[in-house]
Amino acid sequence: MSDLKTVGAPADTDKRRDPPVPRQRVLGDDEGATIKGSVHTDLRHDSAIKHVTGRAEYCDDIVEPVGTLHAYLGLSTRAHARITGLDLTAVRAAPGVVGVLTADDIPGVNDVSPTGRHDEPVFAEGKVEFWGQPIFAVIAESRDAARRAAKLADITYEDLPHVLDPQSARDAGMPYVTPPLTLKRGDAEGAMANAKHRIKGRFTVGGQDHLYLEGHIAFAMPGEDDDVIVHSSTQHPTEAQHMVAHVLGVASNAVTVNVRRMGGGFGGKETQMNLFCSVAALAAKKWNRAVKIRPDRDDDMSATGKRHDFVIDYEVGFDDEGRITAVSGDFAARCGFSSDLSGPVTDRALFHADNAYYYPDVLLNSHPMKTNTVSNTAFRGFGGPQGVIAAERIIEEIAYHRGLDSLEVRKRNFYGGPDDGRDVTPYHQTVEDNIAPRIVAELEESADYQARRQAVLHWNAKGGIIRKGIALTPVKFGISFTATWYNQAGALLHIYSDGSIHLNHGGTEMGQGLNTKVAQVVADELQVDFDHIKITKTTTEKVPNTSATAASSGSDLNGMAALDAAQQIKARLTAFAAERWQTDENQVHFVANTIRIGGETVPFAELIREAYMARIHLSAAGFYRTPKIHWDRDTGKGRPFYYFAYGAACSEVSVDTLTGEYRVERTDILHDVGRSLNPIIDKGQVEGAFIQGMGWLTTEELWWDEKGQLRTHAPSTYKIPLASDRPRIFNVELASWSENRERTIKRSKAVGEPPFMLGISVFEALSHAVASVADYTVCPRLDAPATPERVLMAIERLRE
Amino acid sequence: METRGDIRFLLNGNMVRLDEAAATDTLLDFLRIERRLTGTKEGCAEGDCGACTVLAGRLDGDRLRYEPVNACIRLLASLDGCHVVTIEHLSGPDGRLHPVQQAMVDYHGSQCGFCTPGFVMSLYALWMENPDPTDTEIETAIQGNLCRCTGYEPIIRAARAATALGSPADDALNRERGAVTKKLSALRDGRRVEIVKGESRCILPASVDDLADVLVETADATIVAGATDVGLWVTKFLRDISPVVFVGHLDALRRLDVTDTAIEIGAGVSYTDSRAAMAGDYPHLAEFWDRIAGWQIRNMGTIGGNIANGSPIGDAPPVLIALGATITLRRGGERRTLPTEDFFIAYGKQDRQPGEFLESLTVPRPAKGALHAAYKISKRRDEDISSVCAAFNITVADGIVSDARIAFGGMAATPKRASHAEAALVDQPWSLATVMAAAARLGDDFAPLTDWRASADYRLRVSQNLFRRFWLEQQDEPAPVRLSA
Repeated sequence: MSDLKTVGAPADTDKRRDPPVPRQRVLGDDEGATIKGSVHTDLRHDSAIKHVTGRAEYCDDIVEPVGTLHAYLGLSTRAHARITGLDLTAVRAAPGVVGVLTADDIPGVNDVSPTGRHDEPVFAEGKVEFWGQPIFAVIAESRDAARRAAKLADITYEDLPHVLDPQSARDAGMPYVTPPLTLKRGDAEGAMANAKHRIKGRFTVGGQDHLYLEGHIAFAMPGEDDDVIVHSSTQHPTEAQHMVAHVLGVASNAVTVNVRRMGGGFGGKETQMNLFCSVAALAAKKWNRAVKIRPDRDDDMSATGKRHDFVIDYEVGFDDEGRITAVSGDFAARCGFSSDLSGPVTDRALFHADNAYYYPDVLLNSHPMKTNTVSNTAFRGFGGPQGVIAAERIIEEIAYHRGLDSLEVRKRNFYGGPDDGRDVTPYHQTVEDNIAPRIVAELEESADYQARRQAVLHWNAKGGIIRKGIALTPVKFGISFTATWYNQAGALLHIYSDGSIHLNHGGTEMGQGLNTKVAQVVADELQVDFDHIKITKTTTEKVPNTSATAASSGSDLNGMAALDAAQQIKARLTAFAAERWQTDENQVHFVANTIRIGGETVPFAELIREAYMARIHLSAAGFYRTPKIHWDRDTGKGRPFYYFAYGAACSEVSVDTLTGEYRVERTDILHDVGRSLNPIIDKGQVEGAFIQGMGWLTTEELWWDEKGQLRTHAPSTYKIPLASDRPRIFNVELASWSENRERTIKRSKAVGEPPFMLGISVFEALSHAVASVADYTVCPRLDAPATPERVLMAIERLRE
Repeated sequence: METRGDIRFLLNGNMVRLDEAAATDTLLDFLRIERRLTGTKEGCAEGDCGACTVLAGRLDGDRLRYEPVNACIRLLASLDGCHVVTIEHLSGPDGRLHPVQQAMVDYHGSQCGFCTPGFVMSLYALWMENPDPTDTEIETAIQGNLCRCTGYEPIIRAARAATALGSPADDALNRERGAVTKKLSALRDGRRVEIVKGESRCILPASVDDLADVLVETADATIVAGATDVGLWVTKFLRDISPVVFVGHLDALRRLDVTDTAIEIGAGVSYTDSRAAMAGDYPHLAEFWDRIAGWQIRNMGTIGGNIANGSPIGDAPPVLIALGATITLRRGGERRTLPTEDFFIAYGKQDRQPGEFLESLTVPRPAKGALHAAYKISKRRDEDISSVCAAFNITVADGIVSDARIAFGGMAATPKRASHAEAALVDQPWSLATVMAAAARLGDDFAPLTDWRASADYRLRVSQNLFRRFWLEQQDEPAPVRLSA
């Protein structure tokens, strides 16, 4: 209803203020008026039109200044070796080459370890520790020239023994890359000894490549003094800034990192972009020209980290009813050659090894194993999914042992409440918001689980080639960075004198719709239409010391920081309006693009113009830190999570028992996002996360050869789900009744990661179908990913 | 022979003339770097993700056809005489969104947006030829497009909805068909094109006879049809393929004739263009054909190329071998014809002499009473390379197997017949026992490898199980024996 364009600039000639002209509008003539794009409404992604027209600008689309150079990395072709010779003569002499960079060219520190462990060089020195490790970079006039030149390096190696997987690493006595964690409550050993039934098992769950459609990229522009500006596609501009400063040996204030948007991140661009930003910045400063680096997909997948795969040894004690009495577990992860984020990732695996279930006595250990592979990193769920699937496998073991429906076993083991005392996690946090039983009960009903399970059993009883399976699995996921200091955020809000609003915050946009949601928060608070708010690129110049856009925290943290900024300005405007119109502040209301002041209604833009003329500060920096949380890693006790997000999925599959091929026939999801800021965007997150989680456990397989080279390093060999892999029937609902019991932004809940684990329902449904060939008497030994091969081999084993 | 030293093509609304082009120049780099048409994205540079999807329009006889292709591996010089349409050309001059774009916005089909232009182009191509598609048709159209964010459901919703937002009859590209056809016709001057850039040479022969001459003159040339394999030599292995001889523009190589006895397929016929004839005679191939690569690759890749490159994991050769197809090779004016299986000598080695090229293949029409099947086993159902590809062609007369042709891909260094298994079938009663006895001989036929697609154990086991499937599918059993689309 307001039109910003009708509000002109203040007249130069008369700076005096006329008394406000009384308006004829009466309060209430637009009663019920609302703004466009408020919170809790469906609003499309703010860049949707730019996406579909190809006009959305990604890092590689930024106009290149004259003289832009291109860098390319030279990667090791050994998994573990001493470098006995590095001759780059042919590289330097290649057409178009300007120069090369090695460890010797680093003015600062040759390290991009995100946790400060100094174990991750930009360029390998003396030895290489994985196939694909960067050794040098070549800088040339074109990317093609740089790429061709990089192949000409003459590197000689002396091979050293290499270890590739977590179990071999434990067997070989390889070190931990970071200190392990133990979570302990009660006496697991004693309780296990006294348990009526016990099962021991081992489960291997594979890693996962992010396969963001836009690969890694950084584009650096040198400035005066030590300055450098780096455009990149990173989830963590602040860390990239610090790393570039560290590598260049300059102060952080000399480095600016900008991110307009990413073509997908999923955790893969949280720390992994540090390398590319550092190399581009190094070259830009050395040659005083703009420098871009963009690896080919094969090099991207070879040289950057992935989801950790785990070997999980578990033991569970339980009673006749399938109720768990004790759990112990050892979680060995393939961390790769350096720590990167393996500490918090393996910690989070333990934090989620209970999923939604109460373990009376429990002992969990992590084993973050060093391996001669690329250093694994963050990926949606951050170790949590590997913990959750361990819990679900334990439930399945119990169900087959007791001859029960696994859903019944799940229900019997859910966390309880204060009344029954079954509400404390292995890390001694009390679960106060347990809605898993309600979510599961509602989904069981809406998915018609019981009747469909009977139909599946009936179908399989006919003994045909095609078998069916069904599973309903829950998820409970802890929200907050377990590194407590990360739970802070900033925002910067300007209102210009024409009433237009400029919003900036520390979060980064990677497709999740964060900018849309944060702008909705500001629109709601200031009661202006969403499209009056300009969403701008994330830059370390505007909001400093930000945390990674990760851990599903984006809207929780940045939404609150932006709300704080909006509230500050709103308070100033309210005070100004009360004074200007001679009324009480409680008579000033922001409603639908207007401000109602006593009996008057003033368009927002007009109020802003007047406020500007009255020298009211129209800019604010907002800040937020999550309350209540604390965590003592040494004792394994605390409240690492502010709250939990919940969900459940029911999947039905068909399996071809001759080939192991399968199809997901139907999936029903009920997921908890609290009171959604934007239901349609949240639903998109749930759908996408489910498919990505399903891919992790089905067709996405990382395969290293004996020499340690990853051979699935591009979409031709690494298979993420296609449209035809999605469930034939796919019903996704948000739990509309849910509201966060904590005071989060508008009582919403985080959504990025939790629904990823809904894909586990597909895995357990496949297991169910496999089990049918042995009449459900044995829990199938099915590891993940359940490729058609693993499914067939599990069937064949049951038949033998 | 009068030659021309430049290439000409239409790019969106503009005529492009290039005096220089290297054999390895790709359309994608040309668009993004030379023309700054940055809406087309590079996701994988190997034709698997579809982020670089554009439309290539070409004259098929007098008919102008637009097909989605992967710009990342479409070699630039091969575009002579084509119309390239990119995402920038879709919305009208007034900025109004195309119905497909509008549907993608309305149904939240984009999240990060990087794959989106590619999806829009594939869905645009689908909408033009089939505005009201079934879900299966939508899925088939976007087999070559990866999305990592949405889980596809919103994209499918958008594809369903586009039809309600506009009719192809009103589409700008369709309205311009006459004018574009005229422009492209005018570019056909019947001359051989020889275009160079530095040391790099590209040749587009004027005709098949000219091709024969060119190859005799330039025996070391790389012959490129759809570039769906050679494109990766360029983008992944940085191989110099000069001098390159393009053949995809030669109408005579794209001919397909169905005679009383055979389907005659020119070596330049794409998977897309051979589908109707092959599936017409052999209905079991309809689904199989749709599982070869994605739509873009099926539009680019040729049956001839799939044979000529000698890959042990191509999907066409086992089928052609089982059907008893022959291939015709030509050098200069001389032709020779041989059974498809004889072409494959060893890994990386085929029976093709210097200067020789694959001109055509001949697939016999179905024999009465023959039992057919073709199976593709892969990690992912669609757009994946086969772990195992199996093709069966069994003739049973009076309850006795009179002839058996069974060929496998992915089981050896070449596409290969299972001769021991075949021998175990012939002259035996047509029974499950016979079939499984034949399956048991596969270990004598093949010693497959373990690699990232499958283990040796799985390859052998699943191959044997496919014999059982084949048997079961010939029975009148009510229960399904495989999952179909």
